Amino acid sequence: MVTLNKKRKSLDIIIFLLPSLFGLIVFQMLPFGYSFFLSLTDWDVLSKINFLGLDNYINILKSSEFWKVLGNTLYYIVLYIPLILIVSLGLASLLNFKVPGRKVFRVIFYIPVLTSWVAAALLWRWLLSPCYGPINEILQFFGLNGPSWLYDKHWAMPGIVFASIWKDMGYFGLIFLSALQSIDKTYYEAAKIDGASAFQNFFNITLPLISPTMFFVIIISIINSFQLFPQVMIMTQGGPYGSTQVMVERIYTYAFDYYKMGYATAFSWILFVFIFVVTIIQLKLQKKWVHYEG
Amino acid sequence: MRDRKFINRRVIFYIVVILLAIFALLPFFWMLSTSLKETKALTTIPIQWLPEKASFDAYLKLFEVFPFGRAVFNSLFISIIGTFISVLSASMAAFVFGKIEFRGREVLFGFFLATMMIPGNLLMIPNYLILRSLNLLDSYTGVLLPSFFNAFGTFLLRQNIKSLPDSYLEAAFMDGASRMKVFFKIILPLIKPALTTVTVLTFMGNWNSYLWPLIVLTSKEKMTLTVGLSLLNGQHMSDYNMLMAGAIISIIPMIIVYAFSQKHIEVGFNVGGLK
Repeated sequence: MVTLNKKRKSLDIIIFLLPSLFGLIVFQMLPFGYSFFLSLTDWDVLSKINFLGLDNYINILKSSEFWKVLGNTLYYIVLYIPLILIVSLGLASLLNFKVPGRKVFRVIFYIPVLTSWVAAALLWRWLLSPCYGPINEILQFFGLNGPSWLYDKHWAMPGIVFASIWKDMGYFGLIFLSALQSIDKTYYEAAKIDGASAFQNFFNITLPLISPTMFFVIIISIINSFQLFPQVMIMTQGGPYGSTQVMVERIYTYAFDYYKMGYATAFSWILFVFIFVVTIIQLKLQKKWVHYEG
Repeated sequence: MRDRKFINRRVIFYIVVILLAIFALLPFFWMLSTSLKETKALTTIPIQWLPEKASFDAYLKLFEVFPFGRAVFNSLFISIIGTFISVLSASMAAFVFGKIEFRGREVLFGFFLATMMIPGNLLMIPNYLILRSLNLLDSYTGVLLPSFFNAFGTFLLRQNIKSLPDSYLEAAFMDGASRMKVFFKIILPLIKPALTTVTVLTFMGNWNSYLWPLIVLTSKEKMTLTVGLSLLNGQHMSDYNMLMAGAIISIIPMIIVYAFSQKHIEVGFNVGGLK
């Protein structure tokens, strides 16, 4: 550790930390407390503020809307997680083959990740257009009658999941790829001597060894799923019939369309609790479930 | 026998990977093709995979109905300044956390890390209200101020600075160099790769960010590209040629940044993956 120049030390520490501390205090700590305070009030920006206690929380939990929104989110998670695991792990296994051209494919799968969600959502709204979109055109080519996607309350959420898989597969694919590449090749060589099949290799060697990454991907996906926003905002605005309403979309609507700041912040605290619980589960279970090498 | 099996595996590899590549790229092909169509070519049955008559009308119209050039400028300006503020602030804090010992340092650093668990959605309403009370809504300053705090960047850079040998710094201090000088002349050059990673990731995050500029920047003159595009989406719902033209313009800078810094971006999410 550097011990010289003691004189100016405290002053230097303050100077170097000042920009971060300013951001930390004014835009992290202060709003954290402020939002909790607001969640206990009925403030609508214009009229006088009234203290409500826990009324906002009780009203939210008693509303059927909240449970519908939670159900929509869980529906998204149930569709998204198995699909993204299969697609991104499949992609990673493919890119792990040492064949010419794999570098080019890496780049190709990363382009959707680079695209902003706003641009991607505009694109997918158009791709999923029931009459003039190419997806239903392709389905028709195979003799299938495509659904109305974003205009059908049963198909709107699957449509959003479809777009999310396209957007995220490259990101998680490359995370899985780096996990696959870190596996010691001698395991496979030993298995080969024992005459193990590719199938056995995958389930007995690969899967246990990449379980930390798998766990990470699942947790990150759940946390992200609770915070869907641009795709919903641009593709469906929560519709049809509220079938794609999700938490952040509701929070945004209550805060900036209806100016119900108290109700909206209470909603965001409930969201925070969900994310917090998932994070704690991650920290606790990581040690138990996951097989770490060495 | 062995060779044939090897060739078969290659063939299967290419078939599957090409199918997936089509899935990844076909949407972009459709985006480009749509942006070159005339409005009446959008709603033909069967659809036109390639425009029968290519035209740049959609691009021209985009700049007519909306101050689109301004939005491109705003996005560039906010992303560049925001990245500069954020990376400088994070590397300064990282220097302290990595190399200068003082009482309470670990507690404070723990505090920095703990904020990563707070979702931005929880802070957006109060932050909006804080800017409102400071009269900074709809201003560049307002949208940029939260950039001063970057927990992830501070964490990543601190790991790098911590691993630098102390002897470099001690030699410099022995020669009477100030901490400021050591920071700019010795530390920053030594952590250049990590600094590039954080810079690129922060820039991409800023460029693509949506919710925060959406609530802060409300006038057309201040809007970023993402906000402008979502506004266009509301006003010109079915002018897909124009929307796709706008989307293409918004992607180009990201592709350029990626082309120049692919390695740094991939290092970045390896670190993210281990977090």
